Amino acid sequence: MKSVTISDLCVSFGALQVLHDIQLEVAAGECFGLVGESGSGKSTILRCAAQLNQKWSGTVEIGGKSVRDMSVAERCRAMQMVFQDPYGSLHPRHSIRTTLEEGLRINGIGNRDARLAQAMRDVGLPVDFLDRYPHQLSGGQRQRVAIARALILEPDVLLLDEPTSALDVSVQAEVLNLLVRLQKEKGFTYLMVSHDLAVVDHMCDRFAIMQHGRVVEVLPREAITQGGATQPYAKELIAASLEYEHAV
Amino acid sequence: MDPILEVKNLSIRYHGAPEPAVRNVSFTLGRERLGIVGESGSGKSTVGRAIMRLIDSAEITADTMRFEDVDLLNAPEREMLKVRGKRMSMILQDPKFSLNPIQRCGHQIAEAYRTHVHCSKAEARAKAVEMLEQVHIRDPERVYDLYRHEVSGGMGQRVMIAMMLLTSPDLVIADEPTSALDVTVRLQVLRILDGLVKDKGIGLVMISHDLNLVRAFCDRVLIMYAGRLVETLDARDLNNAQHPYTRGLLAAQPRIGGSRAPLPVLNRQDSWLTPQAQGDAL
Amino acid sequence: MSMTDRLSSAPAQRRLPHGLIVARNILLFLMRAPTSLFGLIVLGLLITLAVFAPLIATHDPYVQNLQNTLQPPSAAHLFGTDELGRDIFSRLVAGSRITLSIIFLVTIVVGPLGLFFGTVAGYYGGKVDTVLMRITDIFLSFPSLILSLAFVAALGPSLNNAIIAISLTAWPPIARLARAETMTFRQADYIAAAKLQGASSARIIWRSIVPMCLPSVLIRLTLNMATVILTAAGLGFLGLGAQPPLPEWGAMIATGRRYMIDSWWLVTFPGLAILCVSLAFNLLGDGLRDALDPKQMNRR
Repeated sequence: MKSVTISDLCVSFGALQVLHDIQLEVAAGECFGLVGESGSGKSTILRCAAQLNQKWSGTVEIGGKSVRDMSVAERCRAMQMVFQDPYGSLHPRHSIRTTLEEGLRINGIGNRDARLAQAMRDVGLPVDFLDRYPHQLSGGQRQRVAIARALILEPDVLLLDEPTSALDVSVQAEVLNLLVRLQKEKGFTYLMVSHDLAVVDHMCDRFAIMQHGRVVEVLPREAITQGGATQPYAKELIAASLEYEHAV
Repeated sequence: MDPILEVKNLSIRYHGAPEPAVRNVSFTLGRERLGIVGESGSGKSTVGRAIMRLIDSAEITADTMRFEDVDLLNAPEREMLKVRGKRMSMILQDPKFSLNPIQRCGHQIAEAYRTHVHCSKAEARAKAVEMLEQVHIRDPERVYDLYRHEVSGGMGQRVMIAMMLLTSPDLVIADEPTSALDVTVRLQVLRILDGLVKDKGIGLVMISHDLNLVRAFCDRVLIMYAGRLVETLDARDLNNAQHPYTRGLLAAQPRIGGSRAPLPVLNRQDSWLTPQAQGDAL
Repeated sequence: MSMTDRLSSAPAQRRLPHGLIVARNILLFLMRAPTSLFGLIVLGLLITLAVFAPLIATHDPYVQNLQNTLQPPSAAHLFGTDELGRDIFSRLVAGSRITLSIIFLVTIVVGPLGLFFGTVAGYYGGKVDTVLMRITDIFLSFPSLILSLAFVAALGPSLNNAIIAISLTAWPPIARLARAETMTFRQADYIAAAKLQGASSARIIWRSIVPMCLPSVLIRLTLNMATVILTAAGLGFLGLGAQPPLPEWGAMIATGRRYMIDSWWLVTFPGLAILCVSLAFNLLGDGLRDALDPKQMNRR
């Protein structure tokens, strides 16, 4: 189990500054939510941590070690990411087996068949799905494969970018249950972006509200129902979600 | 209440598809708000588009499909052109994709107006600006000249609403009108739509996957599953739904303040695919 | 995109490799439309003629018979004889080998070269993109005929030089196509996932990007073939390509031009052959475009 520490993270796309001095502290084994509206920069934080975007200043540390100091192999075993769109995150021409094996091959990890089978079992998919192609799977099944791919390198931290927002309600329930179970079993640290406070309330211990590239407030989960927010935007966002949810 | 839309045993099968996308759906709509709820693949959007006769590549059969005095099933395209956009219109999901990127927003609204009402460009422009005000856009003259990429999602959707309600249609079909919007904006847009629909006495069909939305906003709700209509009820009775699919959907959604126990997972039954007795649909 | 995790039983395993299944489905699709079926038939005919040329030709294509020059088509000589008494039908059949080798050689040069330049430029962007694309632009700006003239002046006229000249000017459009496609695909989440798994750029380009670019490149190559054949024939016609006595179709038209008025069969049959093969490739390319269109993918 490893913690995630983000300090003074700043990102600019050209002249536009997208993230301003982000400070976040995620404890080992915690599930931490990042909530905000579109354009708030929450997904950008994940991409920077994953080194998908390398032009940022500040520090991102996993288990006390800066991601910039990690070799590629170390980084792969430290963190993995699950993306939002199940239809875009699997290569359409690769079988599930190929997709899951890539990580193992690249990092020279042996015992591949056993690991593949285990990963499929972990996400609740039948092993014979390994020979299928993404277009033969439903959205929920693809997302499970994406989770299996993230698991197979045994990372410490999982970065989740709205993992269920593109899924139907019934399928979302299954995937959320899976994520919760995996965290209990394997002790991952989750950093989860979501726009849906109900999902955050269900899964997260604490969450940060973001607006315009800044962290407005970091709150415990109870703040949603018991009203612990102090910043005006945070209150506004929580109130809107509650209103929407309770259909007042 | 006199029904403005009457649909009986509507079935839709896409060419070359093994199964019909929609099977024997029947409902009526008066000057009220009807929600059609379902997951992806349930056929809800297909029903909406079929009513507007926007689907070419499918076989549409029904006992009745009538909008006021128009026989939607058999009317020739000439007649549909006079109806579509004028007496019935459709609000689409994502203004990023439904607004023309190379035309100014106001111009698109004015064009929609001029298609159905003979008037000068200046009159159409004035009408468009007036409509932009009605959707609570604070600076209508300025927004008139903006392009789609210069407006936010919520504003784009309000432009779409303005465009679709300008001709005062009798029927509006809204296909996931707020799914692409942030939560704070969603309520705003819904309130605007609500106000306009009430003022003008429009019959609204709201297609959505979001039960909360439909519960808050609609008078009656239709639940669709695998192309079939499985339940019809009043929105306020949603918590007392009888059909196991509806109950399953309600239970599977994470709720704020709900327990952190694993969410109950929907157990799909084949029995849901057999025809059910309709509630108080007709 | 069904809404449930329950799939209407897709057969779990196929014994054949996936690539073969895809190829077979594409073939079946092409056979359904009359235009692409024509393309397939002509291509099949071309390959058969080329492979079995010595068996199909009725006479030796090089043997001259000055007693028998300029004979019209008859039972003995299906397409007549040319100005040196050689049987035109046999020369046509022998020439199919030349046509096929031109197509084959150009494709194996142009395809990989264009893919390499395009994918690398599109994936890396920045300076790499600029340099590679400017090189591409340089080659793009040469008309193939002018380049062939330069080659001929430098190295002497021959079929091989003609093929090199054609190849050098045919690859830039492929590179630009591959680059445009790469720039779209590199944004995809599956590329990001591959990076997260530690894949190097070369691995990502080769395993993830190239397979996605292949359909467009294949279609473009097929459509290009028509132009290549016409260019080779044109070069042959100008005396820059295949040299006599090689029975290259364009060269046959060139030499036959002098006798065209009275002996129409000298130019008509080679001309028809060129027309058929070009047309076939065009129609095949169109059919491939329909077959490989993502929207049609469900039908496969």
